[in-house]
Amino acid sequence: MAVITYLEAGRRAVIEEMQRDPSVWALGEDLGRGGVFGQYKGLQEMFGADRIADTPISEACIMGASVGAAMTGTRPIVEMRFSDFALCAVDELVNQAAKARFMFGGQMRVPLVVREPVGMWRSSAAQHSQSLESWYTHIPGLVVVAPATPADNLGLLKSAIRSDDPVVYMEHKNLWPLEGEVPEQEHLVPLGKADVAHEGGDLTIVTWSGMRQACLRVAEQMASKGIGVEVIDLRTLWPWDRDAVFASVEKTGRLLVVHEAVAVSGFGAEIAASVAEALHHRLKAPVRRLGAPRIPIAYAPPMEEQARVSDDSIAAAVGGMMEPAKAM
Amino acid sequence: MQDSEAEARHHNLDREKFLDRLALMHRIRAFEEEAIAAQKDGLVLGAIHPSIGQEAVAAGVCANLETNDLLLSTHRGHGHTLAKCADPLAMMRELFGRAGGTCGGKGGSMHIADFGVGMLGANGVVGANIPIAAGAAHAQKLQGSRQITVCIFGDGAINRGPFLEGLNWARVFDLPVLFVCEDNGFSATTRTRDMTAGAGAAARAASLGLEVDEVDGNDVIAVDAAARVAIDAIRAGQGPRFLTCHTYRMTGHTAVDPASYRPAAEVEEWRGNCPIARLEVALRLAGESDARLAAIHTQEITEMARIAVTARDTGWPDAAGAFSDVQDIGDPRERAF
Repeated sequence: MAVITYLEAGRRAVIEEMQRDPSVWALGEDLGRGGVFGQYKGLQEMFGADRIADTPISEACIMGASVGAAMTGTRPIVEMRFSDFALCAVDELVNQAAKARFMFGGQMRVPLVVREPVGMWRSSAAQHSQSLESWYTHIPGLVVVAPATPADNLGLLKSAIRSDDPVVYMEHKNLWPLEGEVPEQEHLVPLGKADVAHEGGDLTIVTWSGMRQACLRVAEQMASKGIGVEVIDLRTLWPWDRDAVFASVEKTGRLLVVHEAVAVSGFGAEIAASVAEALHHRLKAPVRRLGAPRIPIAYAPPMEEQARVSDDSIAAAVGGMMEPAKAM
Repeated sequence: MQDSEAEARHHNLDREKFLDRLALMHRIRAFEEEAIAAQKDGLVLGAIHPSIGQEAVAAGVCANLETNDLLLSTHRGHGHTLAKCADPLAMMRELFGRAGGTCGGKGGSMHIADFGVGMLGANGVVGANIPIAAGAAHAQKLQGSRQITVCIFGDGAINRGPFLEGLNWARVFDLPVLFVCEDNGFSATTRTRDMTAGAGAAARAASLGLEVDEVDGNDVIAVDAAARVAIDAIRAGQGPRFLTCHTYRMTGHTAVDPASYRPAAEVEEWRGNCPIARLEVALRLAGESDARLAAIHTQEITEMARIAVTARDTGWPDAAGAFSDVQDIGDPRERAF
């Protein structure tokens, strides 16, 4: 095991897959200088300007050209800089990449990975902070991945690059410096499999991406009070690991979904509804969701904080869900 | 052009080649006339956008491509697709939503693709094929291929952002791609000139440093000559080119659009400028007999009528196909019922 950052894990994944498969290449703005966060640092020197390609600020063409290049035998890693900017390329992703294989009757695949850094990150305000993962889960044809640890960023990004499906790969900007152990040998994490990050028997928290750490802190805090919280990090949002979630809720009888995105129409709604439909008879408390209020994210810290799901709010939700059981 | 000049020009015409182009243009028109008739009979299920009157662009450009060259087309793409040698029976089945369609019945007219002949898709979104074409050409360059990509779009596409982004991209990366603006004067049902600032498609392309040419898009001999020059240069590694073909759409935007927004006299004037009739005149001047020209026409319409009957007599695709080709992982039936 080696300890590396979440950012370095993503960089290692790109290096390993580009060394393994000459059809893999990356394109996006400022990649030659390492990308806006340094995820591609040194890679142009390593692989040349053809395979680590600097592009114009043309998100629609970055995505659209990647669709064309993916249809014709290459495997592009499509860097969108900020997930917010990927909205300039929605037609290319949603109408083209996601549908081409189906509407052309399976004649080809579109094996591309769209890297979209997401999430709140120190006063980045409304156009550089969003978490829009639920939009993409709604689109047939797309795989949606949101890693939360260095090991998962390494293993999931490698799997995403090898996937023949178009993958929306959402790295959380606040996690770039997060350190963690990663295997030194080849490390692949399968798409569609959740990680039980903390075991417990009383309540299940389903979360992903930037909220994993907060949920783990709350789980530790609850353990000291004798409440067993199981934390499931979904890792892949589509397809999401229903088996892992259902198995946990079967055991605990309580489900809390925690995500950074706006709660309204967030992916938590899908999980909550699925569990309510399938496991209603097992539930000891109503399913709950925690997410951001339906506000754009502000710049100034006191206002920005209003959009953030805090440890306290998670702990309060857990406590509230445990109370009726205690009362009985 | 004086008649004597015209005769001199046509004296050197490659007759066999242009007899092939004539057959192709008849095939395209026959396909669309059958499709329009079939739509009235309820056999073509969704919208179709005929290219009747524009056949010289498809025949003049696409017939100059090799099978492994790539083509991106539009919602008005039947002609381009046929000219890239897609199977007309499979295409007709696709329009009818039947088994054995080009896309297995999943796409219909606006999503016809035949990767086996390098036809990477019509597209239901105006201008969306431009970045995809840039990417296909980008892959060709990365792969060191000698093949090229052709992207055909209408004049309406030049007012979309992907036009700027894709042309700029092709120039910046020096890609082997020919952009063809099939200028029929209309953005759906609105005149493009009323909605376009500046001097139009070719001027915009020239401003981005592309080599630009403009031709009479109803003259297949002229389109063929311009396309060959451009394709040869691109294949020789000289980078992206742009060709505007001025033409006219004899039908409305869709087959059911009566196109009452344009004067009858204008339509009649263009009817007299029919690209098929013009090629027949040229071939006669070059010495071809009326009988041979008529035989080519008869053969194509007879064959297409047979194809339409065969398509009509083909069964529906298996409904289970609705759940295949979605993605490798995840169950597409999940939460559906």
